[in-house]
Amino acid sequence: MNKTLNRRDFIKTMSATTIGVATVASGITLTTFASTNKVPVTNEKRWGMLIDTNKLTEADIDGMVSACQKEQGWGSELYSTGNQKPGWIKKLKVKDKATGKVSNLALMCQHCEEPPCVDVCPTNASMKREDGIVLVDKHLCIGCRYCMMACPYDARSFVHETLRNQKEHMPRGKGTVESCTMCVHKVDKGEVPACVASVNSDAVIFGDLYDVSSKINQTLKTVQSAQIRADLNLNTGIRYSGI
Amino acid sequence: MSNIRFEQIEGKSLGFYALIAGLGGLVLAALGSAYYMEHHGHFVTGMSNRIVWGMPHVFALFLIVAASGALNVASISSVFNKKLYKPLSRLSGLVALSLLAGGLMVLVLDLGRPDRLIIAMTEYNFKSIFAWNIILYNGFFVVVAVYLWLLFERRMNKFSRKAGLVAFGWRLILTTGTGSIFGFLVAKQAYDAVIMAPMFIIMSFAFGLAFFILILMASYQWTNRPLEDAVVNRLSNLLGVFVVAVMYFVAVYHLGNLYLAENTGVENFILFDGGIYTKLFWYGQIILGGLTPTVLIYHPATKGNRSMLGLASVLIIIGGLIQLYVIIIGGQAYPMELFPGKEILEGYGGVAQYSASLPEIFLGIGGVALAIIAVTFLVKLLAFLPESLADNAAQNK
Repeated sequence: MNKTLNRRDFIKTMSATTIGVATVASGITLTTFASTNKVPVTNEKRWGMLIDTNKLTEADIDGMVSACQKEQGWGSELYSTGNQKPGWIKKLKVKDKATGKVSNLALMCQHCEEPPCVDVCPTNASMKREDGIVLVDKHLCIGCRYCMMACPYDARSFVHETLRNQKEHMPRGKGTVESCTMCVHKVDKGEVPACVASVNSDAVIFGDLYDVSSKINQTLKTVQSAQIRADLNLNTGIRYSGI
Repeated sequence: MSNIRFEQIEGKSLGFYALIAGLGGLVLAALGSAYYMEHHGHFVTGMSNRIVWGMPHVFALFLIVAASGALNVASISSVFNKKLYKPLSRLSGLVALSLLAGGLMVLVLDLGRPDRLIIAMTEYNFKSIFAWNIILYNGFFVVVAVYLWLLFERRMNKFSRKAGLVAFGWRLILTTGTGSIFGFLVAKQAYDAVIMAPMFIIMSFAFGLAFFILILMASYQWTNRPLEDAVVNRLSNLLGVFVVAVMYFVAVYHLGNLYLAENTGVENFILFDGGIYTKLFWYGQIILGGLTPTVLIYHPATKGNRSMLGLASVLIIIGGLIQLYVIIIGGQAYPMELFPGKEILEGYGGVAQYSASLPEIFLGIGGVALAIIAVTFLVKLLAFLPESLADNAAQNK
């Protein structure tokens, strides 16, 4: 997997490493930054995930949620109530009304090709990288929450309180919006997202959707898969099979 | 319309200072609330990750919508050349600017990062309707301020009609933008209807005129200036037409939604089984804010009665706030349809709960107070009000 980085991320990285890291604990520096690689991110890749709901157990999903929390540091807010706490990834149980079949799945930012959150964001804080990963630049986010109104997947969270003990690679901030980053800091180093790594089976496959030799590409060619709210034509990076 | 004399109000009475003090107290309470919410974070509010726009947005959007409508009178005077309304143009522009200032104060102070306002003014995503609105709101201040200057400066009066035309066009676009914030949200079943843009325009006509009538009647009553029936009855009729038009648009919006099977869930929720939202819709929005004012304005027993017109205006304002509550909060409370044909057993779904916290309510009311205090101060500072609106002075249409 190539390490990729665009100019924007490079500038962020340089400033973040000199100023940002020291101020993370105070919650002032809020941007997501990737690796120190200087190769720009291009649209030759499209990162995606295929979640097989027939193979994914409830324990797998619990593990994915925990891994995400541990990796990114959300979920230990002290004052926020249940509906106020961030939820970057949710465990959903869905029943088919006709057949009664119950499916369990993990729901996170779907990393749309045409993300409504990016369209509506007044300050360009919501953005999509060339490789399809949708992020929030927390330096630009004014906390208007319009992206949350526009997201068809309820995938975004608002930080309702001051945060402590943040992860160095994932500065977050009170009054800004956040969501799944597809572990961009790991992906840019050639690793897989924490939630994917936590699943022992091949119930979740991560990779480059465009790469014909990738497992995700090959599997998607052979199995029936679906996008959530496919009617909206958002061409999501996260695909599901078995629902 | 040659001999209309404009004059500041004296503004030295105890009542004047009591009004300023009372409104000032409300504005301070709003600022204190904003500080409290900003200092602690939004967890002290009733908002959540499902209801992300709460009571402050209800007030903010109400005031912004009403601001556009408050310019009605000036527009009718300038665009349609109705001389009866010409003496009221200055006040119309003032009320419009004041309401917009109040609305924007609430909107900005409810941001997660109000300290980053400069970013909102310097970083534009031109695809975002929100970004368009920032430009439209700021532009509205400029356009109406120029219009007011042309009205005030005698030598420039001749250009005021053209400026009025620009202001008229601007406010129509502005309210289209505000309605489109919801009208183009594909995610939520309650929104995503292009009719919301014209519906917001007609809502602005009604809410803004109701505000204007109340301020007009109060300022003339409290300063003992003559305000006779020709003007008031015209405004009353206009208000009645607008209120009926709002109800018409609401009916078309809901009937149109009911026609589309995908929206029957949310329509049932708002119209029939949505608990508080259904009650607010029928009792608050329709009966209190729509039908009752219509009866008060048109029924022979109450027609022409100023107290009843005042009551109708108050009810339209309360009904308007309720209407925005139903649209904004009700629209978010109803869950999104993530999996058509499937039932979500766990993890998402159900009606989201929301109850506004006191700081949110104070912040909203503070926006209204700021608008009124601005009008009160400025009519003392500058000659916005005609000395007399007696029939013989005003009736020169």
